[in-house]
Amino acid sequence: MELRDSPAEAAFRQEVRAWLNDTVPTLPDKPDPTDWPARRAYDTRWQAMLYEAGYAGVNWPKEYGGLGATPGEHLVFLEESARAGAPDVGVNFVGLLHGGPTLILEGRPDQQAEHLPRILRGETVWCQGFSEPEAGSDLASLRTRAVRDGDDYVVTGQKIWTSFAMVADYCELLVRTDPDAPKHRGISWLIMPMDAPGIEVRPLRTVEGTEEFAELFLDEVRIPVANRVGEENDGWRVAQTTFSFERGTSLVSEMLDAMGLVADLTRLARRVTRRSGTAWDDAGLRREVGMVAAELDGLWALTKRNVTQAGRGALSVAGGSAFKLVYADVLHRLGDLAVRILDRASLSLEDLPVTAGGAPERTGAQVHSDLHALAMSIAAGTSQIQRNILAEKVLGLPREPR
Amino acid sequence: MDFDLDDDQLALRDMVRRFCADRFPLDVVRAAGDGLDRDRWRELAGLGVFALTRPEAAGGAGLSLADAAVVFEELGRALAPGPVVASFLAAGAGDGAVDGVAEGEVVATLVERWPGRPLLVEHAESADVVLVLDDDGVTAFDAAGLAGRAVAEPLDPTTPLALVDELPDGGGRSLGGPELAREWRRTGSLLTAALLVGIAGATTDLAVAYAKDRRQFGRPIGSFQAVKHILADMFARAEVARAAVHAGAVTADRPEVGDPDRAVAAGRALAGRAAHDNAKACIQVHGGIGFTWEADPHLFLKRTLLHDTQLGSVDEAAEAVAATL
Repeated sequence: MELRDSPAEAAFRQEVRAWLNDTVPTLPDKPDPTDWPARRAYDTRWQAMLYEAGYAGVNWPKEYGGLGATPGEHLVFLEESARAGAPDVGVNFVGLLHGGPTLILEGRPDQQAEHLPRILRGETVWCQGFSEPEAGSDLASLRTRAVRDGDDYVVTGQKIWTSFAMVADYCELLVRTDPDAPKHRGISWLIMPMDAPGIEVRPLRTVEGTEEFAELFLDEVRIPVANRVGEENDGWRVAQTTFSFERGTSLVSEMLDAMGLVADLTRLARRVTRRSGTAWDDAGLRREVGMVAAELDGLWALTKRNVTQAGRGALSVAGGSAFKLVYADVLHRLGDLAVRILDRASLSLEDLPVTAGGAPERTGAQVHSDLHALAMSIAAGTSQIQRNILAEKVLGLPREPR
Repeated sequence: MDFDLDDDQLALRDMVRRFCADRFPLDVVRAAGDGLDRDRWRELAGLGVFALTRPEAAGGAGLSLADAAVVFEELGRALAPGPVVASFLAAGAGDGAVDGVAEGEVVATLVERWPGRPLLVEHAESADVVLVLDDDGVTAFDAAGLAGRAVAEPLDPTTPLALVDELPDGGGRSLGGPELAREWRRTGSLLTAALLVGIAGATTDLAVAYAKDRRQFGRPIGSFQAVKHILADMFARAEVARAAVHAGAVTADRPEVGDPDRAVAAGRALAGRAAHDNAKACIQVHGGIGFTWEADPHLFLKRTLLHDTQLGSVDEAAEAVAATL
């Protein structure tokens, strides 16, 4: 048991760090987060740069165009990217972390050949059409219908929480192909081109004030049967494959950002003035910040444990769900602390000064993190669902009737 | 990346777990309230758990603090009675070594003092040596020479206490100065954290087993989300705390991977809170029976409350982490 890099990891770290140090400073400023076309252009350009440098799909197998890195090397890459302030995966999230890996495991060779290289090069952007207004935590009850008509499925229904729908080229779509089968056995997994007639995208405004995802209205959209991944009515199993990626290392970059937020918050707390002294003079607040920092340390250690186990071929349900459950809670507490520390400066999502006559400081990101935490305990399996998974699949407790 | 128990550590863990199940079942632990069983103590020492990190040339096992954390988690899980952390610290090879402790022939207990803090000595009746730690260093006193009275009702019924009014002037033998005190505080806090992780895990197991067994409304109570979510939280807290304590141990072994003070403090803060929250949740899941003396859950809570006063606390550890930010 140790925390040192293996010789291969150390060499990879050095190489990645050197490349990032040369490359990141040459990037243009990040786009306005409300300008989706600009975000797409920025994120896909970064993906193309990664591809040119040989870092696209770090954890994808070599035979599918990836780097074939070990889970440990993948973690090194994510850690170095966060350290260098490199762009995160952005609009490439679904393609690189969901759709692509699902195609690698479940797709036909022609589907792999058509899509994987374009995802890696940042040429296509994917979105996810899984949840529906009436199918959230109970995803398997989804009702979007797909009816066979010749070589096409004709799809009608409604999807929701579809991130990146405004700029996506393809959608990984779960549809009901057998309405008479038990709910888990009548679902299929389709690749839907977003330019097909009959798709309407309505952006949803979130509590953060931005349009991060959308509703999809599907009205007799024709999708070729050839776009089905896996067998007809076997889509639930295929989707489980998709989820196993989601619960792996997809939150690592985000967690490293949270560690940065703690460092920033501490700097701010030492400057935020109170009636007397600064916020950091308050031992109660200080200890709570210390506890949050300790938890992030613990989660980082748990990540390394999970990655070690993944490297030994054992994907840990326990570690993944425990991570997400605790991380969501920590993020809530971090955001709440930020708001308490910033006092009136927390009332603005724009940066404000926190000292007499001072310049604006990075307060807005802290306020956003408090709002963003609200999503963390809901998205990708609510904290309640994570608890059910841990209790039933790990601790062996009897299932809820469902 | 190799941050998990290796085969040797798994074997070590299993060996200690088996030993504890056999030699320290909870009825034996309860009996420790009346005094330490010196034969079992010698057997425990005979496993080599106190001299684990002493170099092989000096009669130890030459292992790492990471190995010690694995062992101490098991001792914590079993509520193994006796001054295990003090014995580990005093079984070293260099400064602070007390002859006979590693073998279990001499029982050493440790107390940290500061002005105004009641000097409560654990296992005083059974101990041969009382080690007193403060900022100036560590001093060894002959236990027989200390005037103290047994505390009639110690909060932790499996850890007897004596209240010592005053230490004899000049009666102690200095084992080392501020440097040794600092080192013992950190190593001792780390091992205490490992004990606490053991408690966090044991209380999870105990509560899960009870929730599968106990039926109400015609079903096992563990099938209700109101109960199973408590259990899931217990599991998650223990997992994160264990990873943090292992990171603390590994960092103390090899300071080039991080700041050992920070890593140990983070582990201690999480382990202390996980043990405390889990011990309470364990009682809650047991319902009324959990509030009885006869049932075991309170033993874990009370040992946790004791540990949270030994060479640190959750609050102190959280403050220590904040100081590194």
